[in-house]
Amino acid sequence: MGEFETGDRVVCRYGGEPRDGTYITDRDGWAVIKLDSGYNIGVSPDTCTLVERIPAIPAREADAGQDESLPLLSIVSTGGTIASRIDYRTGAVTSQFSAGDILRAIPGLSSVGRFTTRQLYTILSENMNPAIWQELARAVYEEIRDGATGVIVTHGTDTMAYSAAAVSFMVDTPVPVIFVGSQRSADRPSSDNVMNGLCSASAAVSPLGEVAVVMHDTTSDDRCAIHRGTRVRKMHSSRRDAFRSIGVSPLGYVNYPSLEVTLSDHAVRRATKGPALHDRLEERCGLVWFYPGMPPSVLSGFEGMKGLVIAGTGLGHVGTSLIQPLKAMIDAGCEVVMTTQCLHGRVCDRVYDTGRDLLDIGVIEGGDMLPETALVKLMWVLGNASGREQVRVLMTRDLKGECNGRSYNGL
Amino acid sequence: MDYEALGLKAGIEIHQQLNTHEKLFCRCPTTLRKFEERSGEFYRYLRATVSEMGEIDRAAREEMKQSRKFCYYTYDSTCLVENDEEPPAPLNTEALEICLTIARMFQMTPIEQVHTMRKLVIDGSNTSGFQRTALVAINGVLPGGGLIETICIEEEAAQRVEDETFSLDRLGIPLVEITTSPCMHTPEQVQEVAGYMGMVLRSTGRVRRGLGTIRQDVNISVRDGARVEIKGVQELDLIAEVVRREALRQVGLIAIRDELRARNASAGEEAIDVTGLFSGTASSVLKKAKVILALKLPGFGGLVGREIQPGRRLGSEFSDYAKKCGVGGIFHTDELPAYGVTGDEVAALKSAAGAGEQDCVILVAATREKAACAVSQVVRRAQMALEQVPEETRKMLEGGSTAYMRPLPGAARMYPETDVLPVCIGPDVMENLAVPELLTEKADRFATVLKFDPAVARQIAYSEQLPLFELAVTGGITPMLVYRTIYGTYKELKREGVQVEDIPDGSLIAVLKAVEEGKAAKEAIPGILTKVADGMAVGPAISECSPSMSRSDLEEIVRRILSERTDFIREKKQAALGPLMGVVMAEVRGAVDGKLVSEVLRKELERVLNA
Repeated sequence: MGEFETGDRVVCRYGGEPRDGTYITDRDGWAVIKLDSGYNIGVSPDTCTLVERIPAIPAREADAGQDESLPLLSIVSTGGTIASRIDYRTGAVTSQFSAGDILRAIPGLSSVGRFTTRQLYTILSENMNPAIWQELARAVYEEIRDGATGVIVTHGTDTMAYSAAAVSFMVDTPVPVIFVGSQRSADRPSSDNVMNGLCSASAAVSPLGEVAVVMHDTTSDDRCAIHRGTRVRKMHSSRRDAFRSIGVSPLGYVNYPSLEVTLSDHAVRRATKGPALHDRLEERCGLVWFYPGMPPSVLSGFEGMKGLVIAGTGLGHVGTSLIQPLKAMIDAGCEVVMTTQCLHGRVCDRVYDTGRDLLDIGVIEGGDMLPETALVKLMWVLGNASGREQVRVLMTRDLKGECNGRSYNGL
Repeated sequence: MDYEALGLKAGIEIHQQLNTHEKLFCRCPTTLRKFEERSGEFYRYLRATVSEMGEIDRAAREEMKQSRKFCYYTYDSTCLVENDEEPPAPLNTEALEICLTIARMFQMTPIEQVHTMRKLVIDGSNTSGFQRTALVAINGVLPGGGLIETICIEEEAAQRVEDETFSLDRLGIPLVEITTSPCMHTPEQVQEVAGYMGMVLRSTGRVRRGLGTIRQDVNISVRDGARVEIKGVQELDLIAEVVRREALRQVGLIAIRDELRARNASAGEEAIDVTGLFSGTASSVLKKAKVILALKLPGFGGLVGREIQPGRRLGSEFSDYAKKCGVGGIFHTDELPAYGVTGDEVAALKSAAGAGEQDCVILVAATREKAACAVSQVVRRAQMALEQVPEETRKMLEGGSTAYMRPLPGAARMYPETDVLPVCIGPDVMENLAVPELLTEKADRFATVLKFDPAVARQIAYSEQLPLFELAVTGGITPMLVYRTIYGTYKELKREGVQVEDIPDGSLIAVLKAVEEGKAAKEAIPGILTKVADGMAVGPAISECSPSMSRSDLEEIVRRILSERTDFIREKKQAALGPLMGVVMAEVRGAVDGKLVSEVLRKELERVLNA
């Protein structure tokens, strides 16, 4: 179209009576006009005439008055939004990343800590990849080394659990590293961003000393759960309380609006470990979800991989027709780890024939590890171990709370 | 009052729920539930979001003076969309079609590409904090030359259970919002136009009926006054009164303003703490207050207590503003001594505040924070009183007076609903829509074609049973029989406690058909329908109430009765017909139609007399 620019004042003569409005954009050939009543309508561009071109008004910079006596928290953002604002002229919603903007959007934060922000990426979480996990791990490590009392990572929720697991393996941390996001967009008055943001800040100044995800625990605005980064999974596509600890109880809770933190006994406490960074990953790893009748040819897509995690059925099985192709992969140097698509419970390949066959060809049992966590761990182990035997040892050993030796009652 | 001379301008917004199968943005049924049927509860906080310019919509800000925690009831007939836990489904096409049909009836132009918007509403009635709404068509005409500006399709808000608790069954029911231009100039005109628009809406046969399914908002201003929107007038008959009272209020406020200016009145003094003055007070409100603040309003004396609408004073407006801070209300010296406050206390208060004859003192009793907030609200409203009538959204009180709700919202509260794709309305869509017959036209037709009395014809056309009436008549049943049954028999049965609404339309038609075919007697209709309402099928109900009696059965009975009364017949001749009819009917009532009895009796009597 080209005739109008966003923000232009126009008169729209569509349907008779002239109406004043603001040009927003072109949508499939129609001019989208925001009428002065606030409504957007899509009409033929030739029914509109330009009245005035209004230069965009730069957004006002918010001053971030911060209390120097409060603990220093670092916010590392990757693209998940905990703050956004609406341009009421055009209706556009933009994500905000500067400390000032975040503090303005969530005013309560300024009484929990003082903040520095570091915008690492602005991407949708499905576009994350191991290289970005590595950058994220380095950034988090630097923030810890530079004296942050806690680090908050804002992240899109879709793959937040993968990133939390990746940072868990790559960074030894003496302080809380809290992943947080929102399930409902930050522009809406009901968004979970404010409560999640405040609870994450409160968890970041708490006595916790590991990588965790802090998100709504129920659909109500009553408390957030603190989940271990290696045992958390997004279990619902849209609910606020989508994140669940699997096979363990949460590390603790943050009540809202009191922001009071309670930690479980099994939560790793602050300063248990010194800061360290082990940021090597072997990216050539895959994850396959077995299904009845899965042809062996599916595995050929993983040819050349250094590691493969299988989400098998029940106790950790695949169809017999896959045994030989898997053996060939293992013989060619690929490490194969078995997990269960039940998500709850552990694999045990000693019970049935196919299981015993899988053990015979050298498949590693993944214990009660979540399939996604096992994938991230395999990348990390292959990047850091020397020799196949050490890979096998590390994959079955609990490194960051990802493997439980016991399956607990009631979980 | 000469409204034209006052420069009265009024427009209406009509909100009408549509009778669709599903909600506007989810696939839940549009069924309303009883609160005790709820399946669960949850609660949320809502907060105003900031705009690009760092500003919060003024209406939203007013709602946010208090921290708002809202509780919601869920049902097995609601889903995650109502909970604001799932993105909306595409716009309901059935609702859009009804909306376009209405648009066509007002000769409106549809928007080529309809965009759904989010309109910020943070009073808790929408779980998301916004209401989804889309402008569908513009520029319609009203008889008499009035203009309809827009028709929008919107989601209905959640039903308030009490205070800050809402029920989600109503949230998301589709409704249309039709807005006229400010083209009306007398209260009566407003009521007449509202009535006409309501009639057009009902003519579609696809809108919900009953209390609360249609609401009118009225926009009113007088010359030198301001646009005021009065929300939620549910009864059509009150509209003219609401307009009259609002015109009165604005005229009253303008007069007060002029008088305040003449007195050189002002508002802006600091409030003083007078808690100590009332340490021994008998006023229960003041006694339990943590802090009592007094605000002097120089020059306001006597005007704060002046009535501007039945039951409403300038002081009531101050009080409405103060209540936004969570206080119960205010006292002012124009109404004191009263409420347990003595004359001595008023004198002490006036002297502490340094108030003279022409001044008014406002009292606020609450916690320090709330009281300070309330005082600032009163100062703000008092300053407006010196300036002009404020633009406001108001709610209707019983009788037609109104109370302040919030400032008029700005366009600032709307932004795109990005989770719903725009819908294109092609040029042929409108032409392919069937335009329903107006109820007024229907009434004329019932009078001329079906030969009903015009008043009865109108009663039928405007009634909720119209679809059933039309269904039965098109089904071939005599219109008068249908009318008598659904407007007469139904009413009687209802009075007797029969659940006539449980009678399926098809069953009623089957019963009436049986009557017309002589398979059941007219007299048996109430009995049969009572059984059907209790859940019995039509066939068994008919045979239980009117064991089928053939003509030959009837003839046999009649012959027997006649043979037993030969002397009587010989004596009375034709005049025996009446009394004999009574005897026969006593035996066969309910089993045979009276008409048939009369016919058979006449014939048999003739035969006996001729023998």
